[in-house]
Amino acid sequence: MAKFTKKMGGELPAVNTASLPDIVFMLLFFFMVATVMRQNTLMIQNKLPFADQVEKLDKKDLVMYIYAGKPSPRYQQKYGTEARIQLNDKFAEVSDVQQFIYAERESKREELIPYLTTALKVDVETNMGLVSDIKQELRKAEALKINYTTRIGEVSKNLE
Amino acid sequence: MAKRSAPEVNAGSMADIAFLLLIFFLVTTTIETDRGISRKLPPIPVEDIVPPVIKQKNIFTVIVNRNNDLLVEDQLMDLKDLRQAAVEFLDNGGGAGEEACDYCQGLRDPSSSDNPNKAIISLVNDRQTKYGTYISVQNELVGAYNVLRNREAQRLYGMDYSEMEKNFNDPNYNGNKEVLGKRVDEIQNMYPQKLSEAEPKS
Repeated sequence: MAKFTKKMGGELPAVNTASLPDIVFMLLFFFMVATVMRQNTLMIQNKLPFADQVEKLDKKDLVMYIYAGKPSPRYQQKYGTEARIQLNDKFAEVSDVQQFIYAERESKREELIPYLTTALKVDVETNMGLVSDIKQELRKAEALKINYTTRIGEVSKNLE
Repeated sequence: MAKRSAPEVNAGSMADIAFLLLIFFLVTTTIETDRGISRKLPPIPVEDIVPPVIKQKNIFTVIVNRNNDLLVEDQLMDLKDLRQAAVEFLDNGGGAGEEACDYCQGLRDPSSSDNPNKAIISLVNDRQTKYGTYISVQNELVGAYNVLRNREAQRLYGMDYSEMEKNFNDPNYNGNKEVLGKRVDEIQNMYPQKLSEAEPKS
């Protein structure tokens, strides 16, 4: 009988947390695999326009990004407020676009080259002159597949 | 010398370390795919090609000026009316004989486009036009094509064109892809996207 009475007075046993690290590690690995680190540090303001007739742009390795917009406030002293192009991590001129496309093509496998798309991430406030210049350069480089990256929403929000 | 067993490592803080890493990755993760309007640029033309003559009535001119105002077929227009105007132009089907369009449901106005195959939308920008306006106009024009394509796909196959295209591009789609591809092509040929962009005026 003494065997039983001893247990009756005892407290609730603590929950075993030995498997907690395993669970956390599992979550950790999931997020590590799912994470895509931002490749480029933006040096420009990049408020994308809204559109609703959009297509998805998967296969991130087949996309070349060209950014354009006004320099961010901390670069405005040096580069002014005129909209500029950003390729990779630095500001570029219109004439650099062709070279950039060739360099990107070089780094991809040959059979993937026809599937390459150029994503234009351009700020809403940019003038079309700059965008047309970029497009003209892309035509010269024969990078004809382009995608104007947008946010999803009504176009009327662009006018605000 | 006494034989000592190796002391056990205290693993109590392992969870804390893992949590720290977990929170870091949670914060930095962006699970998103970019979306946007896909377009194809025209290749640079060869010098000695004479452009084909196009009837004025088959061209739908959209001009955007530096104040982001729209001039559609010589009339001022609000952005919200543009899609409807483009649909009416594309779907007009005013042609007769060879150029007749048997699936068009438009007004068949002889002064507007003959056939969706002939109808061209021409977009002219100013260098000072804002990119936001340009994208809005592009979106509305692509929207007009999608409205018509969806209507025809719905009539012929009881399914939206956008859905057909999505299935066609989905590698995990387990229907008959060949048939679907043919249907997508057919709808595309009914209303081919002929959107021409002139180089901007300054």
